Amino acid sequence: MAEIALRGVRKSYGKTEVVHGVDLDIAAGELVVILGPSGCGKSTLLRMVAGLETITAGQISIGGVVVNRLEPRQRGCAMVFQNYALYPHMTVAENIGYSLKIAGLSRAERRERVGKVAASLGLTEFLERKPGQLSGGQRQRVAMGRAMIREPRVFLYDEPLSNLDARLRVAMRVEIRKLHQRLATTTLFVTHDQVEAMTLADRIVVMNKGVVEQVGTPQDVYNRPESTYVAGFIGAPGLNLLHGIADSDRGVVTLRDGQRLSYDRGRWPEVGHGPVIAGFRAEVVKLAPAGLAGRFDFAEELGAAQLIHATIAGETVVAHVSGATRLNGGEPVSFVVDPAEVQLFDASTGRRLAGENGSAVASAPGARAMVPA
Amino acid sequence: MEKRATFSNLWLAAALIAPQMLLIFVFFYWPSGEALYWAVTLEPPFGGDNEWVGLLNFQTVFEDPKYWNSVRISITFAFFATALSLGVAAVLALFVDRRLPGHQIYKFTFFLPYALAAPAVGLAFRFIFSPDAGFVSAINRLYPDLWNPALDGYDAFALIVMAQAWTMVGYNFIFFLAALQSIPRTVNEASAIDGAGVLRRMWDIQLPLIAPTLFFLIVINITDSFVNSFGIVDITTAGGPARATDLMVYKIYVDGFQGKDYSLAAAQSIVLMVLIVVLTFIQFRYIERRVHYS
Amino acid sequence: MIERTPILDFMTHVLLVVSFVALLMPMWIVFVAATHDFHTVNQVPMPLMPGSHLFENLAAAWERGNFGRVMVNSLTVALGVTGGKIVIAALSAFSIVYFRYRLRMLMFWLIFITLMLPLEVRIVPTYAVAADALRPFQGMLDFAGFSIDLPEWNLLNSYSGLILPLIATATGTFLYRQFFLTVPDELTEAAKMDGAGPVRFFLEVLMPLSKTNMAALATIMFVWSWNQYLWPLLVVTDHQNYATATMQLQKIVPGPLFGEPPVWNVAMAANLIVMFPPVLVTILLQRWFVRGLIQTDK
Repeated sequence: MAEIALRGVRKSYGKTEVVHGVDLDIAAGELVVILGPSGCGKSTLLRMVAGLETITAGQISIGGVVVNRLEPRQRGCAMVFQNYALYPHMTVAENIGYSLKIAGLSRAERRERVGKVAASLGLTEFLERKPGQLSGGQRQRVAMGRAMIREPRVFLYDEPLSNLDARLRVAMRVEIRKLHQRLATTTLFVTHDQVEAMTLADRIVVMNKGVVEQVGTPQDVYNRPESTYVAGFIGAPGLNLLHGIADSDRGVVTLRDGQRLSYDRGRWPEVGHGPVIAGFRAEVVKLAPAGLAGRFDFAEELGAAQLIHATIAGETVVAHVSGATRLNGGEPVSFVVDPAEVQLFDASTGRRLAGENGSAVASAPGARAMVPA
Repeated sequence: MEKRATFSNLWLAAALIAPQMLLIFVFFYWPSGEALYWAVTLEPPFGGDNEWVGLLNFQTVFEDPKYWNSVRISITFAFFATALSLGVAAVLALFVDRRLPGHQIYKFTFFLPYALAAPAVGLAFRFIFSPDAGFVSAINRLYPDLWNPALDGYDAFALIVMAQAWTMVGYNFIFFLAALQSIPRTVNEASAIDGAGVLRRMWDIQLPLIAPTLFFLIVINITDSFVNSFGIVDITTAGGPARATDLMVYKIYVDGFQGKDYSLAAAQSIVLMVLIVVLTFIQFRYIERRVHYS
Repeated sequence: MIERTPILDFMTHVLLVVSFVALLMPMWIVFVAATHDFHTVNQVPMPLMPGSHLFENLAAAWERGNFGRVMVNSLTVALGVTGGKIVIAALSAFSIVYFRYRLRMLMFWLIFITLMLPLEVRIVPTYAVAADALRPFQGMLDFAGFSIDLPEWNLLNSYSGLILPLIATATGTFLYRQFFLTVPDELTEAAKMDGAGPVRFFLEVLMPLSKTNMAALATIMFVWSWNQYLWPLLVVTDHQNYATATMQLQKIVPGPLFGEPPVWNVAMAANLIVMFPPVLVTILLQRWFVRGLIQTDK
């Protein structure tokens, strides 16, 4: 178990920089998920921690030791790859035990430890098989076993679940979480799936275009997104975002078509007059008269509820409404939004506006509960 | 294509590649350089260092009608042998690819001739096509003196063309078949739905799609006809009759090792090398580019 | 696909059967000729069914061609070339694909160019080197102005002379390279994470994965080196000890202007002996052979 510290870490390939200076501290035993769309530099970051990519600038230390120039094998990290990268010519037992063989452990000792790890992953009966004879889920377990057996100081996961089907993915997610609770090994987990991030993480690092947008607990990033990017990326659907002009005297945001959206002046005392982006969760919108008027587009059926998509002031707004609603395309709808739930962002930078009063958002429905487990 | 994951031990990298580099240096680059040196020098009759003669050797070679005869024969030989074996192989591959019952047998037998040594093929063809014994001699019974490769230059030439084509048919067949099988099934099915029959599909769909393979094979076949033919010529006709089958490689061998004229042989080698390099270059540069579908 | 083309199907079968017969006919005739006695084989037209003299013809050919000795020579050369190629090509391909160094591309092209010029087109100069394999180094020393005299290392009439120049081409290197490029990077990275260095990775991961490619390369190289003809003809003058099987064919075939009818039955028996090993290898290992053919030339 070891803490990891990243200081101003950059990565360039030739002249293109793909990671633009990342600072991050990961406590010993923490499970941190790096979340972002493909090409945001999250895998590169992970691979730099692993020692698979050189670090262009900055510093990475593991357990207080700067590892910039250390080879992968000297860093005490174990890694699970997206395509598992199992050695196709070795049996499951040989795959899991390969690092021990390299480390020069005796055959007996290897067998014992492989046996233990295999048992904990339910792989005992497959030990003599080759990877080609295993299902996707079983291969995934072998990859995890190969990582676990080294009793590493740090676990690195590079989108390990994205090659699994939906059901298996949910099951493996639970297992990874359990494994972490049992071993409490410092873990870095890279994914592009926000549900995976929300369910697994102690803390989430949201990355975009090589920059860290926000670091925080799943609750934090869901309830208090630091930028419109995070707001739109986290949650299904993401935060509704409407452009408008704030009037701090009256506590309203005037939308592009002149309609007014109220916000809590007590929560945002320092907002001046001027352009802002107002955001609110789909879950806080109510279908009720005398609210924001818009035009109904279509509804997504979720079973217990519906996602109503409508256009308001030329922008799309989604409402999460329980029960069935029957509307036809083009019909007028009216959405009521609780002013206390409205969040404000800078219109030009997309950053969350400063000067927000303390706690807030206690009333928001629990983030974890919103995510299908 | 490049590897992302590499190792950084440069001494190891050098040690790993050293044996190969040493071998190609000693047995490829140095000899090739030396050939160039010999081609522009002459060994004095009474010993001593070679004397610089510039392009004199090339001039001698190019002024020799026997050399041009050899060039002409080599090119004609390459053309006929290549066309014959490619044509037969393409037709066979197209029909085997229809996968009618029994097609597996052909897959496993057609390439066998390619496994045979050129001189063995030469010996076999010499017997089969011998004018007074063997298989074809029967024809001379019906039409006396119609066929005699030992005396008639055209007969001898036809003989080596057939032998060379025969060895290459199997090889070409394998490549054509592999190319045909890599055409997505759906393409064929789509054209069947569009109303194209079997032969029509062969002509409109399959042949154009294996064109890249065809051009690749043309170069391979031409090179092979320059190189592999030595064994055939040496055993069947020994360049005769009257130099009717005096291919370039065979002439180099005769001039250099029987006539002991290294300078002349070296100059001819250089010309042949240049010819083959140019051919390969044409393949990479132009043909591959024009007939690539992606 | 439902397609009813009975006439075309019939024609296809006819075409394929005829081609089958035509393509295998030469081999059949060689075999038949090797089974008859001297008189029968020289009949016109010759019989197309085998006779009963196969073994005495084989015995006669075996003796006349000194095959007891030359088969061993050919086998030694073929195995030497095959083994050498497999090892040397694997090492150099590993170096080119898995390491980054400045001269890498130069090395790549230096090796690549050797693909273009087969030994047959550069026999004259290669022969000179074979007469003294240290000659290139002597040449370089002379050029650099050193007056050191290296000993002479004559490769004529030796197994190394028969084997080494045949290894000095790039076929194998390219086969390995193509394959190495398809090995996923993650596998290398996983091995690195497991603590494997380059040598371990090469021996324990890359080589086991290359097994099928090695088999393909081995079959093709064995057949190719067994069938070599021109080069052995040049480097071997001591026919008693170093002749290879293919060379013996030249001796067995009678001169074109001989008065007496040639002994075709024995000649064809000798031909059978020479053909046998490569044909056996290609039939037994035809999967690898076909695969090797397709891969070595791409």
